[in-house]
Amino acid sequence: MSIDTLEKPAGAEARRKPKAILCEGNEAAALAVALARPDMVAVYPITPQSSLVEHVAKLIADGKMDADIVDAEGEHSVLSVLQGGALAGARTYTATCGPGLAFMFEPYFRTSGMRLPIVMSIVTRDGITPQCVWGGHQDAMTVREVGWVQIYCETVQEVLDTTIMAFKIAEHHDVMLPVNICLDGNYLSYGASRVELPDQADVDAFMGPKDVNWHVALDPLRPMAVDPLTGGAGGKGPSTFVRYRKSQCRGMQNALRVVEEIHDEWEQRFGRRFAPLVEEYRMDDADFAIMTLGSMTGAAKDAVDEARDAGKRVGLIKIKTFSPFPIEALQNALGRVRALGVVDRSVGFRWNCGPMYQETLGVLYRLGRHLPSMSFIGGLAGADITTGHFHRVIDETEALLTGPMPSEPVWLNEND
Amino acid sequence: MTRRHSYPLFNLEKAKVPDDLCPVATEVSPMLPGDWRSVRPVVDRDKCVKCAVCWLYCPVQCVEEHAAWFDFNLKTCKGCGICATECPHGAITMIGEAQ
Repeated sequence: MSIDTLEKPAGAEARRKPKAILCEGNEAAALAVALARPDMVAVYPITPQSSLVEHVAKLIADGKMDADIVDAEGEHSVLSVLQGGALAGARTYTATCGPGLAFMFEPYFRTSGMRLPIVMSIVTRDGITPQCVWGGHQDAMTVREVGWVQIYCETVQEVLDTTIMAFKIAEHHDVMLPVNICLDGNYLSYGASRVELPDQADVDAFMGPKDVNWHVALDPLRPMAVDPLTGGAGGKGPSTFVRYRKSQCRGMQNALRVVEEIHDEWEQRFGRRFAPLVEEYRMDDADFAIMTLGSMTGAAKDAVDEARDAGKRVGLIKIKTFSPFPIEALQNALGRVRALGVVDRSVGFRWNCGPMYQETLGVLYRLGRHLPSMSFIGGLAGADITTGHFHRVIDETEALLTGPMPSEPVWLNEND
Repeated sequence: MTRRHSYPLFNLEKAKVPDDLCPVATEVSPMLPGDWRSVRPVVDRDKCVKCAVCWLYCPVQCVEEHAAWFDFNLKTCKGCGICATECPHGAITMIGEAQ
């Protein structure tokens, strides 16, 4: 049985040392999937996800990953095939984005309701139309209310580590929900950087015995109808439906704790720490804060450092786990700040602001004090959000300390 | 390469299927389409020539053959009325279940 994912350095002592390589985010995700040892993957290519599933296919073809691969005829079939696999007890994986995610929507909704711990990367892409093939969070944001756990990554290393953790989060008995690992199209998918690859034996020890086949199974000895008609206005229908829905919501809330626990475990075993829900950067004595999501955070941290050097008391809050929304962690992070600027890489059409800003408004209400805030929208359709843009974010958020709250969002790339 | 399988396999004895995760049913529902039908087909035996157009079109295959005419199994007929629309001899009428 040869399931070595990667070449290992010779010699027993060197064996457990992590191997550093240079790779793009899509390849890092594929390598992480191989390390997590799924039984089955189903794939359909779509920009900017294509190279991810090409890497997965190659790992399988080269014998470095022991999984069945289904080359489905479209994303709807991809996820439907994986549902069957998951019901039969397989660990399953796929990746998609944008229009592929849209085409997948019917089984996508069903997956969370059936409590199938499928892991799917969303290599985020902006919403069409206008026709575009570039990055943006619009696709993942559009499906944020469908009951999947959604976790956004900042760096290629975080993509690799979080993709492995995702399987453990999804399969945790208190969660049992599908998980999306969101990596920014273009900036993370094609951005090459140095990453450390954990050793397969260490990942195996981290993952523990595989236990995904306990709550339901396609078993001829035990016939059952999966997902039968449930609900309606009479008999036990309504209360049965409520029982399933409440359990789904409970699973989402449990995920907040489980995501934290598994990130702690990862740190203990591999020595790398990622803030599981909300990262606070230079927040200790901050007067005001900016909030970010995904790969834009790197440039934002640089801008915060420069602004600090210039004497501005600004901090940064990064959301990593977006669904379930980390209400309590965000509430704690907001501490004593007196103004907040939220930067979104997508649009909330109904509120004329960014979707993360809209979610944050609910948390601000819970603070019990008035906290002036505003919405920034940038990086749509592959646009770069530079440190220059973030200096504008910092300046305009600082102005909230003394001035009025604008009613319109600021479109960062409007005059680029 | 040896195929590796996910272990442990589903264990019938030890399995505890929670009643609030994946919705499943382990008992067969006795409900049939006839239980919620609002209109039903009635055949005029004088007009029926056994051409079998209704038999071809019926989406639930509830058409039953008799000696000189076709009739319908009202347990499974859902009352869609396609047979009445397609019958070339006008031999089928849909009547309300309340009648």
